[in-house]
Amino acid sequence: MDEFLQFLFSGLTRGSIYALVGIGFAMIYNASHVINFAQGEFVMLGGMVTVYLALTAGIMPVVVAIPVAIAVTALVGLGLQKFAIEPAQSRPGGASVVTIIIITIGASIFVRGVVEVSLGKRDFVLPSFSGNEPIDVFGATLTPQSLWIFGVLAVVVTALKWFFDRTRLGKAMLATSHNRLAAQLVGIDVRTTLLVSFGVAAALGALAGVLTAPITLTRYDVGIMLGLKGFAAAILGGIGNPFGAVAGGLTLGIAEAMAGGYVSSAYQDAVAFVIILAVLFFRPTGLFGGPGVERV
Amino acid sequence: MSEGRSRWGGLVALAAVVAVLPLLLPNNFYFDVAVKIGLNAIVCVGLNLLIGYAGQISLGHAGFFALGAYASALLTRRLGVPAPLAMLAGATGVGVLAFVVARPILRLRGHYLAMATLGLGIIISIVLNRELDITGGPDGTTVPAFALGEWRITQLRDWYWIVGGGLLFTVWLSLNVIDSGVGRALRALHGSEIAATTIGIDTARYKARIFVVSAVVASIAGSLFAHAERFVTPIEAGFLRSIELVTMVVLGGMASTFGAVVGAAILTALPQALAGFHDYKHVMLGAILIGVMIFMPRGLVPTLSEMLGWRSR
Repeated sequence: MDEFLQFLFSGLTRGSIYALVGIGFAMIYNASHVINFAQGEFVMLGGMVTVYLALTAGIMPVVVAIPVAIAVTALVGLGLQKFAIEPAQSRPGGASVVTIIIITIGASIFVRGVVEVSLGKRDFVLPSFSGNEPIDVFGATLTPQSLWIFGVLAVVVTALKWFFDRTRLGKAMLATSHNRLAAQLVGIDVRTTLLVSFGVAAALGALAGVLTAPITLTRYDVGIMLGLKGFAAAILGGIGNPFGAVAGGLTLGIAEAMAGGYVSSAYQDAVAFVIILAVLFFRPTGLFGGPGVERV
Repeated sequence: MSEGRSRWGGLVALAAVVAVLPLLLPNNFYFDVAVKIGLNAIVCVGLNLLIGYAGQISLGHAGFFALGAYASALLTRRLGVPAPLAMLAGATGVGVLAFVVARPILRLRGHYLAMATLGLGIIISIVLNRELDITGGPDGTTVPAFALGEWRITQLRDWYWIVGGGLLFTVWLSLNVIDSGVGRALRALHGSEIAATTIGIDTARYKARIFVVSAVVASIAGSLFAHAERFVTPIEAGFLRSIELVTMVVLGGMASTFGAVVGAAILTALPQALAGFHDYKHVMLGAILIGVMIFMPRGLVPTLSEMLGWRSR
């Protein structure tokens, strides 16, 4: 039982990170039907920029470095939409989905390459936010960093709910996702809406990166796996549904921790991808996606 | 059909390049690069059928390449299976795997194949890394020379001719597929899948078929790679390798068989030529991908040939 609880905590911790990354995938997909393969690099940037500002260069305390890193990453997200995706889409005839997917892949290789060249290939450590004194819960232990992660995820989910239900911008985003042309016709500034979705997705990715850096270390290439896991979370939840992505992320995290604990730690990383295949085979709309209807 | 004639003219030109190139290559290092270009080009010509003509993207083709390579390596080394049989076994296995994965997924509209191949490729890479006892794990495994009875192929120069011949054959095959009924059906569904379906084209079946063909081509190229290099590691199966292959196709020109060859040649040779800038390889790859997609989304070869045609007119 203690063992089970321990795996559960570990699964919820990593699942919350996947959830935050997955929300980013869902938001961008929602607004523009683009699968943003650079999402993982936003996660990496969050951790790496924080470490660089606070420790390597040492020009500001960690509490300041974190929001700065998130802001920097959000700017990179805006830049991706503004300077790479928008120019391709505004060409006569528009751009195919394959074209956009490849642009985001190019952006991810580019961002990773820039960090690799400027900060190097070694591991970086960010100290835990409130120490490493483990908390005993029914015989299992929970680190304070895990509590931070759970807390932040809860705040983000609440804020998103409010954003989509109560704000004009959130509603505009939902409208754009349902029908871009109709949204434009009723006076929604689709371009701004897309920009915001990239900015928010990048900021959430960076937040995930900052939160997980004290647990897993961080380096220039952590974004590849975390991005792919977040993507799996988004697919599992029914791509395009941010709250589905949260459920997908938590499910994935727990499945990984249980598989790693009870079955085989060597194949822990494969769980996410087996789940992707299973979802595509048996339930392509994801666990929480409605039946999709596509217009001709 | 001037377009058709220029295609076959291209095949002759490619054959001439393959025939003359050895005279210009000073040593084995260059032959090694040429062999790698040829193998990448073979994979890309197959992948181009899928991306350029079926309008689908695969993010796991390196997995198929690696499965072919490991099938050849392990079957010949551990079980003493003759090399051609091992290659055939690998290709058959990959073909079946590709079919099993693609058939249900291609029935769905949209880019689900990209997600499925992404997942499949990474699973293959994880298995190759983890099954230490069978595959040798991350350190890789050595591969026996390709042997046909008494004849063992060990010289890189011999491999050059085999890979060159294989490339010409693959290009010929690809041009034939494009001009066949399958090719016309594929072009139709790339244009409008719904229109293609309404005139009675079973789009899912054609897409699955072309996916299987491209996977088998990758597997055979992987087998040749294993025997030519005499060594394979799981890096060949990696996600980044799959991306690199897609980049080659996109850079050269989607829906252009010769574009795929040109893309493979440029992106294989460029890092060697810029050895001193090795650290910047990824920055450059990323910038090239974005730039090509924004400024010439159809790729180098189609864009340039159009410009030249326009000027000469």
